[in-house]
Amino acid sequence: MDGIHDLGGKQGFGRVRREQNEPVFHGRWEAKVFALLRAARTAGALKNTDQFRHAIERIDPIAYLSHGYYGRWLGGLENLLVEAGVLNRQQIDSKALELGADTDWRVAARPVAQPDVVGYESEEPSAIRPLPTEPLFQVGEPVHTRGTGTAGHTRLPAYIRGREGTISAWHGGWVLPDSNAHGRGENPEHLYTVAFSGAELWGEQSEPGVVVRIDLFESYLLKM
Amino acid sequence: MSEHEHPTSQQSIRAEAIESLLIDKGLLTEDAVDEVIVQYNERVGPMNGAKVVARAWKDPAFKTRLLADGTSAIAEFEFSGGEVDKLVVVENTSDVHNVVVCTLCSCYPWAVLGLPPKWYKDPAYRSRIVREPRRVLEEFGVQIAAGKELCVWDSSAEIRYLVLPEPPSDIDSASEEELAARVSRDAMIGVALI
Repeated sequence: MDGIHDLGGKQGFGRVRREQNEPVFHGRWEAKVFALLRAARTAGALKNTDQFRHAIERIDPIAYLSHGYYGRWLGGLENLLVEAGVLNRQQIDSKALELGADTDWRVAARPVAQPDVVGYESEEPSAIRPLPTEPLFQVGEPVHTRGTGTAGHTRLPAYIRGREGTISAWHGGWVLPDSNAHGRGENPEHLYTVAFSGAELWGEQSEPGVVVRIDLFESYLLKM
Repeated sequence: MSEHEHPTSQQSIRAEAIESLLIDKGLLTEDAVDEVIVQYNERVGPMNGAKVVARAWKDPAFKTRLLADGTSAIAEFEFSGGEVDKLVVVENTSDVHNVVVCTLCSCYPWAVLGLPPKWYKDPAYRSRIVREPRRVLEEFGVQIAAGKELCVWDSSAEIRYLVLPEPPSDIDSASEEELAARVSRDAMIGVALI
């Protein structure tokens, strides 16, 4: 989906702000989000990492930019818990009010009544799936990326679409996130690292000598 | 836009509400969070990646294995608690400087670096490093010569990237442990030099 999460190349965010002596967790609640993730897995609401990434992409876009990393996780997690029927929105809202929540605070979660999901297989520890088929592309071969996005989850960012690059490595077969996120099966595909010049991506604005290398699935690529 | 505009306490309250409801359902115990804090403060962190880098500097055979197959090479260390399907180590040289990002979420080599710093996950870094990496690196205090290739690795699949920084001049006299203590997390992301 063309969501706010797809940040590559967007302008206007200003300087990268670093924090001196940053702690691993800024508060106990950040670590708590990890524990909640485990519980969501136990409850059967969280089935795989691709599904979780997509749940985060579907949170409120303003909250995405303003709630921070663990705030985004919390929103994605709440999407999945509510969509799976483990908890309901009213239940969470009233418990939060009880604990002192502001009623005008922007809740990140935006659970949908009918998530775009078929059915999940159990997740395996690794996403590597050796394939019997030969890769369609060879290292050194020029390729085009697909020019359009999808309604659901994908790992083809907007700034890479419709561009010309060169295959720089082949990694064998891997679970396809576009399909796995929605419980449409693993549908493994060949995965490649593809190199793009700064000039191809940013034209005359490009800084000199810049190369972006990114891992792309075979169905994202077209023969030249 | 700053992440500090919304008081953290509101997120903390939301997390506590969800936690409390999940505890009522028997899906979670109150001490689960303590395990998480120990895991990411003590077992996993950039000290692991620093050991890998220092060994690669001192041991050319290890460096060859590391660059050929990072996943197998880090298995030699038996780090606990970090998992990675495939680790690719990219070497900084006199010809190329590497820097790592994940523009779509915040993928990061947890197995060797632990959890990412906040700036790595923020929109400013994720949006800009693929478009104006030299300017971003200058803000970090790193100047990359105009003639040097600047390679940005956008971690869009499950492969994770670790930068092998250029070694300091005294690697022959310094011990592996001394060198490991000098390898910063930022140098292994590619936003600092040693």
